[in-house]
Amino acid sequence: MRRLAPMLLAALAVFAAACEKKTQPAPSGEGGSQTAQQGQQKPATPPGGGEVPAGSDVILLGEVGALSGGQATFGISTRDGIDLALKEANAAGGVKGKKLAVRVYDNQSKPEEAAQATTRLVTQDKVVLILGDVASSNSLAMAEKAQTAGVPMITPSSTNPKVTETGDYIFRVCFIDPFQGFVMAKFARANLKLNKVAVLQDNKSAYSIGLTDVFTRKFTEMGGKITTTESFSQGDTDYRAQLTAIRKTQPDAIYVPGYYSEVGVIARQAREVGLRVPLLGGDGWDSSKLFELGGSAIQGSYFSNHYSPDNPDPKVQKFIADYKAAYGSVPDALAALGYDAARVAIAALERAKDLSGPAVRDAIAQTKDFPGVAGTITLDDKHNAVKSAVVLKVGDGKTEYVTTVNP
Amino acid sequence: MAQLLQHLINGLAAGTIYALVALGYTMVYGVLKLINFAHGDVMMVGVYMGYATAFALGREVRSSLVGVALIFAVAMLGCALLGFLIERFAYRPLREKPRLTALITAIGISFALSYGFQLDIGFLPGASPRAFPEVIEPREWIIIGDRDVVVWNWQVISFLIAVVLMVGLQYLVFRTRFGRAMRAVSWDHRVAALMGIPTDRVIALTFMLSSALAAGAGLLYAIKDTSVSPLMGLYVGLKAFVAAVIGGIGHVPGAVVGALVLGLVEEFVVGYAASTWRDAVAFGFLILVLLVKPGGLFGRVAAEKV
Repeated sequence: MRRLAPMLLAALAVFAAACEKKTQPAPSGEGGSQTAQQGQQKPATPPGGGEVPAGSDVILLGEVGALSGGQATFGISTRDGIDLALKEANAAGGVKGKKLAVRVYDNQSKPEEAAQATTRLVTQDKVVLILGDVASSNSLAMAEKAQTAGVPMITPSSTNPKVTETGDYIFRVCFIDPFQGFVMAKFARANLKLNKVAVLQDNKSAYSIGLTDVFTRKFTEMGGKITTTESFSQGDTDYRAQLTAIRKTQPDAIYVPGYYSEVGVIARQAREVGLRVPLLGGDGWDSSKLFELGGSAIQGSYFSNHYSPDNPDPKVQKFIADYKAAYGSVPDALAALGYDAARVAIAALERAKDLSGPAVRDAIAQTKDFPGVAGTITLDDKHNAVKSAVVLKVGDGKTEYVTTVNP
Repeated sequence: MAQLLQHLINGLAAGTIYALVALGYTMVYGVLKLINFAHGDVMMVGVYMGYATAFALGREVRSSLVGVALIFAVAMLGCALLGFLIERFAYRPLREKPRLTALITAIGISFALSYGFQLDIGFLPGASPRAFPEVIEPREWIIIGDRDVVVWNWQVISFLIAVVLMVGLQYLVFRTRFGRAMRAVSWDHRVAALMGIPTDRVIALTFMLSSALAAGAGLLYAIKDTSVSPLMGLYVGLKAFVAAVIGGIGHVPGAVVGALVLGLVEEFVVGYAASTWRDAVAFGFLILVLLVKPGGLFGRVAAEKV
């Protein structure tokens, strides 16, 4: 036993180190690294915004986002989008004659940190409104706290339907998951004029099943025919059996609502079993890894997404130019949604008769035909954005904007 | 009918890869009575060695015969070394300890490799899946009807390699001096040592051989399914272990037959039922075999001396 103990310890140490990696902050954002060094929650200074000024001539907003951890790229994009919107609003004179400021907390990509940060924002900082987060699991943890405290919360990009079902103070400016099923059904019928589509869904993912259900129902209602519904499980790498069964039904396209890691391989194997038809999918495809995994096989396929930087709309192009000037990169969908969420919040604060929780909540709920860069936003009675989605075509190493589909 | 034939071909192609991995389990178990749970992860490391070699060679050299041979050689030699190191530093110190201790270490090594490879530092690949380059350019070799049944070159190649390796191993174990030493060590390694057999060397060579096989199998798997990730070894390794047990662990042809049966069962379940059922049916089949024939399809049940 003398020799066993150190060996097991070493193995455990490596194992622990491997696990630790997932929760360690990525050294990519100002807020993230600051939090990492101090090892506790500290308000991160908004880039370019300086210290958050105190006093009654300032309206203080709160933001909780994943500035470190596994979802850090999402959180940082969102923060930059929000920051840009606030700077623009302040340059235009602020809201009700007051300047806007935001206090940002890092949730380290963890729901429990998100909940704690929300509590801190409502009890200590007494913010009028909370923005965040991207991941639905974090937003769910936040929503409960915000609802209890009676502080309105807007999530830029959490698509799980449950988030806004938490209560009447919770809103979102993105569409919910099942909507994409409808978008693709409409696009397949109206634009691609497809009659027969096969479905290949991920049986382990609620996202995939939700999209499939709506797609199947809408596509059939619009006069199309679903030839067969096959399934796979997240993490599979051999889809030939399902694709062979699909091939027999001779579809015009295959709907694959999954994540890029599986879709790329499915595309290759579909070509291999002789399926030359395009694949259709949702925002889970949106990753640069898709091109590597799918190679030339994925080219010519379509997926629905929140936003496209190729959208010729002038307000989208202006946003992209401003964002580039401020941060030096092309904004992704999450930055666009962060920007939209902040602008919806600012507009609501402007309309609200005072800055109390119920007044702001009612003002947000009345948001209608708001011109966001990621689509026009109208909030329905369930506090979800009813808005258009874009359809992108997969090209050689990049996506091409095809069209916008309205609800 | 055509669909049945296609499923049969796909199932055999998947089964041959399981077979090559299962042979490694069976060899190590045959000699040491140790289930090397790190075997699948050694396979994964082999795949990443092949991945790195393929990129170092560049596109043109890659799909040439020399290039492919080089990729296999680097991965198999590299894994042989890895197998040697694992045996030397993780298993040999525990050889006289209760068997459970070595099993726990094996699981430790497995986690150390699969999670260690998810780190994103230096040469380590990070957690995202990657596309394995097409080192064997896929070609359709046999086409029946209007592409009703298609047989691919890599399917035939990996099937032939598996058969050759199986026959070779069987020859090695039963017709060579090294094989005789392996069998003697398997019987009782203390007595074998007294008879002048260098047991440490035999065991080390067995590990190196099984690890090299794993690397070869992993490359065929990567060529087949193109997506590689640090956790792939866990999944393939478990399936191959099941195949080895179905065939009768420690039995070389048994491992191959068990793997082919498992590959076919899985393919038919996915093709005619749903993928959700695949693992349930595979493990249900394992339980059934163990109930009816506790030693596996080919194994004999030896009374354990207590």
